Amino acid sequence: MSDTASAVAPPLPSVADKLKFYGLWLVTAAVLVLLPYVFGSGGSLTTFCLIGISIIFSLSYNILLGQTGMLSFGHAVYYGLGGFLVIHAINIIGANKLPIPLPIVPLIGGLTGLLFAALLGWVSTQRSGTAFAMISLGVAELIASSALILRTFFGGEAGVSANRTKLLKVFGWSFGPQIQIYYLVAAWTLIAVVAMYALTRTPLGRMCNAVRDNPERVQFVGYNPHTVRYIAFCFAGFFAGIAGALAAINFEIANSAYLGAAQSGTVLFAAYIGGIGFFIGPIVGAIFVTFLSLGLSDLTQVWQLYFGLIFMVVVLFAPGGITGLLMMHRPLIRAGTLLKVLPSYLFALAPTLAMIAGLVGTIETIVHYTVNPGDDSHIKAFGVGFDAASPLVWGLSAVLLIGGYAVARTTWRWIGRAWSEATTLARDKGGAA
Amino acid sequence: MLELIVISTLNGVLFGMLLFLMASGLTVIFSMLGVLNFAHASFYMLGAFFGFQVSRWLGFWPALVIAPVLAGAIGAGVERFGLRRVHRNGHVAELLFTFGLAFVIEEIVQIIWGKSPVDFRVPPLLDFPAFTVFSTNYPAYKMFMLLVSIAIFAGLLIVLKKTRIGLIVQAALTHPHMVAHLGHNVGRIFMLVFGVGTALAAVAGVIAGPALVTQSNMAGLLGPILFVVVVVGGLGSLPGAFIASLLIGLVQTFAVSMNGSLAGAFGPLGPDYASTWLADIWGVTIAQIAPIMPYVLLVLILIFRPIGLLGTRDT
Repeated sequence: MSDTASAVAPPLPSVADKLKFYGLWLVTAAVLVLLPYVFGSGGSLTTFCLIGISIIFSLSYNILLGQTGMLSFGHAVYYGLGGFLVIHAINIIGANKLPIPLPIVPLIGGLTGLLFAALLGWVSTQRSGTAFAMISLGVAELIASSALILRTFFGGEAGVSANRTKLLKVFGWSFGPQIQIYYLVAAWTLIAVVAMYALTRTPLGRMCNAVRDNPERVQFVGYNPHTVRYIAFCFAGFFAGIAGALAAINFEIANSAYLGAAQSGTVLFAAYIGGIGFFIGPIVGAIFVTFLSLGLSDLTQVWQLYFGLIFMVVVLFAPGGITGLLMMHRPLIRAGTLLKVLPSYLFALAPTLAMIAGLVGTIETIVHYTVNPGDDSHIKAFGVGFDAASPLVWGLSAVLLIGGYAVARTTWRWIGRAWSEATTLARDKGGAA
Repeated sequence: MLELIVISTLNGVLFGMLLFLMASGLTVIFSMLGVLNFAHASFYMLGAFFGFQVSRWLGFWPALVIAPVLAGAIGAGVERFGLRRVHRNGHVAELLFTFGLAFVIEEIVQIIWGKSPVDFRVPPLLDFPAFTVFSTNYPAYKMFMLLVSIAIFAGLLIVLKKTRIGLIVQAALTHPHMVAHLGHNVGRIFMLVFGVGTALAAVAGVIAGPALVTQSNMAGLLGPILFVVVVVGGLGSLPGAFIASLLIGLVQTFAVSMNGSLAGAFGPLGPDYASTWLADIWGVTIAQIAPIMPYVLLVLILIFRPIGLLGTRDT
């Protein structure tokens, strides 16, 4: 038995590997410090703050979905409760002049998330799989509806607000300007990301993966899957609380939308679109979804429809998410057979884009007739102006959509063929080596 | 008091039967395909909106047939071209696919019919009070809703117990793999079951549309309650879903009609609380907490019987 264990255990990392590993974190930290000097405008700082918060939230969600295999529809509960408690904490600290500076306040949010995850988690994690998903939804609805009843604490529809600048100042930072909030969010993001990465490397993190893959086997080995799920749930609640706290500090307000189903849905979208199979996936997803929701809402009226369609396409065709898609190419790059698939991608690009353009044209025309029928028919979507009333546009959209689909289908088949050739070749090379 | 009990019981049974119309489809789909259709309530909403649109063009009675057929066809298409493809990526991907679908359907409904409620009226033929209990008129349309749900319930029971297809469905409830091994065209049965299940939800939508509010958020409001029903009843258990539907229907209806609160019951005992944030809990009426009753029931069931009332399968 000990023989197998020693044979399976990975070799100690070499000095070069260690340098690469710690160097990566140091470079990340340096980039976070230097980012405001490159993109210093108020708008981009706000975007960075949103991305940082979203990264922590998505990664905490992935502790559940990606690592432990628990699909939660109610993760925003811990995010929202963390946010509310922090707003109340800031008000209390400010009113009583307690010696607590703002940078450690997010910890209060984290502890709140942990407390409620510990309370609600024991019941929620009794079941796994589909039942857990439904239970998380029910518990989330319970908390979200209760928040509207307990008006004094949750502030009803309007929410509760606070002033973050009234706290004890450290090094003369008032945390009024957005740049200071950026550094606060960046620091907490880095800490949380490092902590969550470390968590995946602990025995607990490994047991979480085991519970996800084969809970029955875990029981035979002598662990209780329920306990493992519960502990993972508590950690996820803790980091979600930190994310909620940072959001509350950033906006200086917490309202019932923080707890709601939409917030839970957004974090699910972000984590899944990014890719739940890799640690970096939710980070990619958080960045992508934040940019998408900020960018799309400027470009078109019905951005949420596109958002949902993108999510469905990812679920249908790329269950590994963006990172999963990219990582699929790694063995091909190693074997040097990537060039075999690239031409087929180029072939598929034009008809696929034509199909998407046709779809967008169709949707925008329909939106014009159903949502604003009385308006001027010269509409602008995605920066392109066109006349929604002209039959030319209708015809073009239909031709692009149907023709694009017909051609694109063939090119997709080519990709499939090129792909299987390239992987077979890569596998043969790998076998020979 | 007696009047309140009679009316609330009628309304509660009605709401429960509506819930069961949807929960039955959801349960059968879950048992056969192993996927909990997150978009099930969206098909209920589609039913209501299709019903509204068709009843404008052709009248209510054709709508009662056409709208569920349309929604069922869409459901069958979703199974054939969406779920079947996602199936190989596992149950989580399937659940997520239906989650995305629910999101997209809500957006599309908002684009076509707008965000505000549409004017879906009770057909004039049924727009009269059926009977008077004490001093309350009970609308005939509600009796009609009750009759339709009971008729469909009876029809479902006969199909499930007496026909060949029902036999296969019943077998698939407990031994889904064996049914496949016996050589039935599982793909077609799945598509059929999905289509019929979503059509049942759409029937509930058409008949509930005029009585409740037909609005683009109706799926979002009802969906979570529907999932509470199937979890409380025990995932995959039809009798469990029936009991849970009636239970939740009755609990919620009775809660809405009651006005008591802690302050009312123990008023003179605890005036100290009235000034703190506990005042919310102190002063809230049972009617106000009616929306959270199903979820409280869910948590209680999970503590005392995690598998559900009549559940047998641990998923």
